[in-house]
Amino acid sequence: MSKNILSVDDSASIRQMVKMTLAGAGYGVVEACDGADALGKARVNSVNMVVTDLNMPNMDGLSLIRELRKLPEYRGVPIIFLTTESDDEKKKEAKAAGATGWITKPFKQDQLLAVVKKVIG
Amino acid sequence: MGAGDPAETFRQEAQELIEQLEQALLDLEQTPSDRDLVDSAFRALHTIKGSGAMFGFEVMAAFTHHVESAFDQVRKGKLQASPPLVALALEAQDIIKSMILEPDIDNSSREKALLDELSKLVSAEGETAKNGAPAAEAVSAPSQAQRWRINFSLARDALVMGVNPLLLLDELRSLGHCTVTALTDLIPPLAEIEAEGSYLRWDVVLTTDVPRSVIEDVFIFVQDDADLSISLTDLPGEGRLGEILVDRCAVSRQVVEELVAARPPLGEMLVEAGRVAPEVVKSALAEQKHLIREQVDSAKEAKSSASIRVPAERLDELMDRVGELVIVQARLKQLASSNGGAQFKAVAEEMERLISELRDTTMTIRMVPIGSLFSRFRRLVHDLGRDLDKKVSLVTSGEETELDKTVIERLNDPLVHLIRNSIDHGVEGAAERLAAGKSGEGEVRLEAYHSGAQVVISVKDDGRGLDRGRIQAKAEENGLIPPGAKLPDDELFQLIFQPGFSTAKEVTNVSGRGVGMDVVKRGIEDLRGTVDIGLRSGGGTEVTVRLPLTLAIIDGLLVRVGMGRYVIPLPTVEECVELSPQDDLRSTGRSFLSIRGELVPFVRLRDLFASPLPPDPYQKVVIVSLGDSRVGLVVDQVIGDHQTVIKSLSKLHSSIKAFSGATILGDGSVALILDVEHLIEWVMEQSDVALLEAGE
Repeated sequence: MSKNILSVDDSASIRQMVKMTLAGAGYGVVEACDGADALGKARVNSVNMVVTDLNMPNMDGLSLIRELRKLPEYRGVPIIFLTTESDDEKKKEAKAAGATGWITKPFKQDQLLAVVKKVIG
Repeated sequence: MGAGDPAETFRQEAQELIEQLEQALLDLEQTPSDRDLVDSAFRALHTIKGSGAMFGFEVMAAFTHHVESAFDQVRKGKLQASPPLVALALEAQDIIKSMILEPDIDNSSREKALLDELSKLVSAEGETAKNGAPAAEAVSAPSQAQRWRINFSLARDALVMGVNPLLLLDELRSLGHCTVTALTDLIPPLAEIEAEGSYLRWDVVLTTDVPRSVIEDVFIFVQDDADLSISLTDLPGEGRLGEILVDRCAVSRQVVEELVAARPPLGEMLVEAGRVAPEVVKSALAEQKHLIREQVDSAKEAKSSASIRVPAERLDELMDRVGELVIVQARLKQLASSNGGAQFKAVAEEMERLISELRDTTMTIRMVPIGSLFSRFRRLVHDLGRDLDKKVSLVTSGEETELDKTVIERLNDPLVHLIRNSIDHGVEGAAERLAAGKSGEGEVRLEAYHSGAQVVISVKDDGRGLDRGRIQAKAEENGLIPPGAKLPDDELFQLIFQPGFSTAKEVTNVSGRGVGMDVVKRGIEDLRGTVDIGLRSGGGTEVTVRLPLTLAIIDGLLVRVGMGRYVIPLPTVEECVELSPQDDLRSTGRSFLSIRGELVPFVRLRDLFASPLPPDPYQKVVIVSLGDSRVGLVVDQVIGDHQTVIKSLSKLHSSIKAFSGATILGDGSVALILDVEHLIEWVMEQSDVALLEAGE
């Protein structure tokens, strides 16, 4: 069974790149354009991993992470956030919210794959 | 969204972002203290920068970074969104727009002027560019292998946060030679355990030539909350336990030496003397093993492993005994679970573990690399080439693939047939090959590899391939298909395996008597394998043989249908689900089940086996995989794992394809083993018949 990854970003170009990269490596990709959209899709899809941006309209990444961790089926699901800030504050905040790890933007395809492989094998 | 150039999508997106930025800036001119507007401008700049760098607009990203930093200062209240700043930002926005939409125009002088202005406005402090991406780490030249001690435990809630310690350990294993010890001393009493908590500690000894930073990178996501220590050890020599403990500063050398003077085993004595905690000794012992293994490994390289030759019957006998033992063990287990005391159960469990290890070991003894078989074919190919006056070379790969000895022996004849066929029918004569633009020498490839619980062996040639027309004509002539029938390629080619089928125009003494391929198919099926033939994409023919790893014992899933019990081979089982009452009622005749959005057909075994008893209220579905497709088998109850010793059916029953054999259960009763593939084939034939009848 291929693993499903939920990709959350308000930027279509990033979503497109994430999808291209992950689908090319054999993962299933579910896309969402903001936190609220993602939360809805997370409830109806079975997802093995979440890759989310932090700055988004409607519901930002931090709130999404907190909401996901409240769902029993998302306890233990790796959540990776995208961040441009080398800002440690943001990283700490996201980790405290329940994130598993992060990817620093800009990233290359193989960097994304390396992180995905690292957290879901 | 379909495929397409992400850079193009970015360009469109950037236009929207720039408009959003412009709007925010213009509004900001009116109400300079509005935080929401500042945030909005910052977010737009931030996204333009971040995405831009990913889609090839590095220069633009670097430029935007400075403007973004200025707004970050504003956001943090260190800077005012003064009219001059907003004006500058608006100008910067024009430059950014131009850089994205008209990348050919040179803006460098405008950029520089603007950045100068900007830096005058922004306090020099904190502004020095810390550019987004961390500089690539300089990896030092591959150094000599070093031995590291790594000790780590995860934060209590790490598992909830999606950290999988197994993956961390796997990543460490991928770096080099690695010995892992799990330390259990921090696990609290059962009553205090949080089910999702992480309580284990791991002690890892890793010999690798990668620098420390690479090891640290493994822990990058967990290092903040994890308890992690990485240290280098250069303990030489054979690594005595005492030396390791001293090196770890767990005990003083003096204490060790005094005790060594007494008597071994040292570890136990140290623990008894209360000098070292048992966990520490345990992990030190693991390091010792690591060292020893390292030496053994290097010794192995120097000298090929010793081996003993044993008569094959003895192995078969051993296998039989192990098979009986597995059956007895199943009875013991049943006894223990129905009326045994705790002690009895403990012994039974220990027995189960030992016997399953014994089974695995015995099975590996019987495994032989297939290379021994392949090497026999070199001569065959050479001789055939000479007889038929064709130049043919044999290329083999996967010689190290291991298969049960019996399987390998019985594989010889089918493979000989296949290779003969390839060379006789497939590979053309030198003249014809040259005319077709191929090299004069034909090639037959023999490949073997593992695929799940199966071994795949393929025979490929680069010859003329299969002739649809001739196969069709021959099949019509033999009455295998009605004249003019249109079959898909794969079904048509399967006809080659029918008895009496041969398309060779003239009978040669090598092949073509029509006793080839059906014999091959029967031989392979006797080994519980399958055989397929098809065209290679680059021309030529490919025959694929799939075989189970072993014949004697399999892991099975025991299920109950009515009163009868059946074993489904575990490697084919994907998952078990419950058949919900509404699915149960809805499905009449053709039955489908939605599994995570995918439709999976299912069959009711109780209908198939005509079970007279009323069905259990909640039916279970065992999802099995058949090549690329999945099928559900509806049963009354899923009982559980069962080590299945295969006993073949009597001659009377051997024509029943749906069962591959039988096994004896713990209570002495018999369960039939389902041959899933044939079972489904049979069901499909039945339903075709039913459809035909319904159509009439």
